[in-house]
Amino acid sequence: MSAESDLTTGPLEYRSHEDRMTILGFWIFLGAEIALFSTLFATYAVMFGRTAKAPSPAELFELPMVLIMTFLLLTSSFTCGIAIHEMRRGSLKGLLTWLAVTLLLGLGFLGFEIYEFVHYAHEGATLPSSAFWSSFFVLTGTHGLHVLLGISWASLLIVQLRRRGLTQVTSRKMFVVGLYWHFLDVIWIFIFTSVYLIGMVV
Amino acid sequence: MLDFLLNEFLVTGDPLIYGAMVSMVLVSIAIVYVLTYFKKWGYLWREWLTTVDHKKIGIMYIIAAIAMLFRGGVDALLMRTQLTLPGMEFLNSQHYNEIFTTHGTIMIIFMAMPFLIGLMNFVVPLQIGARDVAFPFLNAVSFWSFAIGALLFNLSFVIGGSPDAGWTNYAPMAGPNLNPGPNINYYLIGLQISGIGTLATGINFLATILKMRAPGMTLMRMPIFTWSSLITSLIITFAFPILTVALALMTIDRIFGSQFFTLTGDGMPMMWANLFWLWGHPEVYIVILPAFGIFSEVISTFARKQLFGYKAMVWSMVIIAGLSFVVWVHHFFTMGAGAGVNSFFSITTMLISVPTGVKIFNWLGTMYKGKIRFDTPMLWALGFIPCFVLGGVTGVMLAMAAADYQYHNTYFLVAHFHNVLIAGTVFGCFAGLTFWYPKMFGHKMNETLGKISFWFFLIGFNVCFLPMYFLGFAGMPRRTYSIEPEWMPLNVVSSVGAVLMAVGFAVFVYNIYYSFRYSPRETQGDAWDGRALEWATTTPVPFYNFATVPKVEGPEAYWLMKQKGKTTYDKNNLEPIHMPSDSGVPFIMMAFMFVAGFGLVWEWMIVAIAGLIGVLACMFIRSFDYDHGFHVSVEEIKETEEKARREEK
Repeated sequence: MSAESDLTTGPLEYRSHEDRMTILGFWIFLGAEIALFSTLFATYAVMFGRTAKAPSPAELFELPMVLIMTFLLLTSSFTCGIAIHEMRRGSLKGLLTWLAVTLLLGLGFLGFEIYEFVHYAHEGATLPSSAFWSSFFVLTGTHGLHVLLGISWASLLIVQLRRRGLTQVTSRKMFVVGLYWHFLDVIWIFIFTSVYLIGMVV
Repeated sequence: MLDFLLNEFLVTGDPLIYGAMVSMVLVSIAIVYVLTYFKKWGYLWREWLTTVDHKKIGIMYIIAAIAMLFRGGVDALLMRTQLTLPGMEFLNSQHYNEIFTTHGTIMIIFMAMPFLIGLMNFVVPLQIGARDVAFPFLNAVSFWSFAIGALLFNLSFVIGGSPDAGWTNYAPMAGPNLNPGPNINYYLIGLQISGIGTLATGINFLATILKMRAPGMTLMRMPIFTWSSLITSLIITFAFPILTVALALMTIDRIFGSQFFTLTGDGMPMMWANLFWLWGHPEVYIVILPAFGIFSEVISTFARKQLFGYKAMVWSMVIIAGLSFVVWVHHFFTMGAGAGVNSFFSITTMLISVPTGVKIFNWLGTMYKGKIRFDTPMLWALGFIPCFVLGGVTGVMLAMAAADYQYHNTYFLVAHFHNVLIAGTVFGCFAGLTFWYPKMFGHKMNETLGKISFWFFLIGFNVCFLPMYFLGFAGMPRRTYSIEPEWMPLNVVSSVGAVLMAVGFAVFVYNIYYSFRYSPRETQGDAWDGRALEWATTTPVPFYNFATVPKVEGPEAYWLMKQKGKTTYDKNNLEPIHMPSDSGVPFIMMAFMFVAGFGLVWEWMIVAIAGLIGVLACMFIRSFDYDHGFHVSVEEIKETEEKARREEK
């Protein structure tokens, strides 16, 4: 299909030109995602302090819970890296094990996030409370939705990996999911810093 | 139930809308009848609805865009009728608001962009010597999401009521308190759905152009239209997510009660304006850069010279793309941001005229001492230059923040942006379509009719919009539905111009029919003595584009080949060609998206969720689909090529 030739050595996911193109396309998509989250961060920054009659973030944000969430997600990124490493070693079992650990950590993160949202709602901070809380819930909620999507996507992939083993296509898919997962981690680091840490001190 | 149908669901009480309903129903019945009578349902499904071929997708984009140009043009004529005389009672104020809103939205989102993306789809893979785009399946998803978004948006005219807050949809006017009901939701959801498709197109073409060029085609050997498509795709990729977020935030405001752009809860209506134009200004370059690319191709081909200042052309597009993201505040200098902010955006805006000016001089330089042929595509390009310069100069006037307080929201602005968007984008679309028409359909468009249509459109365009500058100076505000007596004479002139443009458009469309019937068929692929690789293929283009992948040895690849007497077909070097399989999933997925969108518009959450589940199910099916396409055998390629090339000998 192309002028560039296919390779017989190197990582499985980079061997065919088509797969290399898909990976590039996904990187470009991540660029678009950065634009998307930047817009949400900018909106959050503009709306910061516009809490109307709702509680302020400093009253509600609690470090322990956010730290747990951060550690869960950062660890999941690390285990995802190990999963890709196992894939490169050609070990399907290792890949599946570490991928499962990754997804469990992701689920844990989501659980805490849902608990956090419910907790804030009880304290009187909901989506319609004020411009600030709208932007908070939409920014963190969009990230959470991405995590949910990543978990569902990777679960479909587990089925395919078990059915087909490690092929060029399945490894490419796995690699792309990995990119996505690390990207969500990067976004979370920015949320942790610019939403929670700053929100607690300002 | 009946009460709901008559009072809320269907738009009632206006003869114009009853007429529209009747004509929609009649046209639908006619289409169904014709398809059934000629037994074309299978053909439609196999050849078009399930296709992943970039050429067919491009043609579908263009057909849809012409239909939308008609719809938007009718809106324009209705507005001009209302504004011709003082005290006209042709449209009431509400109806007028709806019509200028749909006119703007349709022309930008559902006409200009799809028209250019259609041309990009058809031409870019051919120009770089590729056999399809990088992600053919995604390309089909893009097209169908645009089609569904457009369908949803147009439905608002008869079901529920059209959006009426302007194409910029400013808050709090468009918010839930001042504007309840489904109409603004149509705007938000319609644009959201088609915007997803546009983003996918941007990513697709970036990957295509970066990774699928024929061997030897370095970036600086690419045809200039491909360059313009690359830069456009880059802008799309970074601008459209901003629109996605802005639309989503307002949708959440309207449906779930958040406070982003509201007047309560510390919301900020001006945040909408900022987000909208953060996307909106890059958007105007999304619709102008491909047109620049088309003009460059056309002028170089018909002046029979290599494009003058190729590198400067490329770099000026890159600079324009960069600047396009840092000028957005000039759309609302009157916001009250202060002198420092306004000065910054004033200067960045004026800076854009520098690379644009470079391009103008390069086009003039290309024509200098060229042996110019005055075929219709060239006429559109020649008409573009002076008209666009006028729009550019008035743009610099508007860029002066202090002076802008005078021009803001007057007809001066209306004249300015029509001067750049029509002379730039619409002329560009017409030039591009007539230029590549023989490649698409195997025959040229009739020259006489083409010229008649060009002159009507060009003269009508200037008669219509030049008076508006003076109306703006005379204080006529934008979006007013009735005029003062002292503005009458110039408004009459303007309306006459609008009618002339309508005649030009009608002749253009008739020309499509006439040429289909009577134009001589192309016997070889190179209709205009072209310079880039798209002319190296046979006409009609086989579905795999190139039998053997062309080798590029310099700029203007095909021109070089012709001089050396080479072709792209090498009978002894054929290999089986790998092609992607057609798929019905994109169409079905977007049909579900329509259900979801319609549910959201009416805030029927069960319908919306059902539709979204359908969309997810389609993604699920796609994820488990391991169909890698098929191979075209060497015998089949030989047979196809010999049939296509027989008459050339």
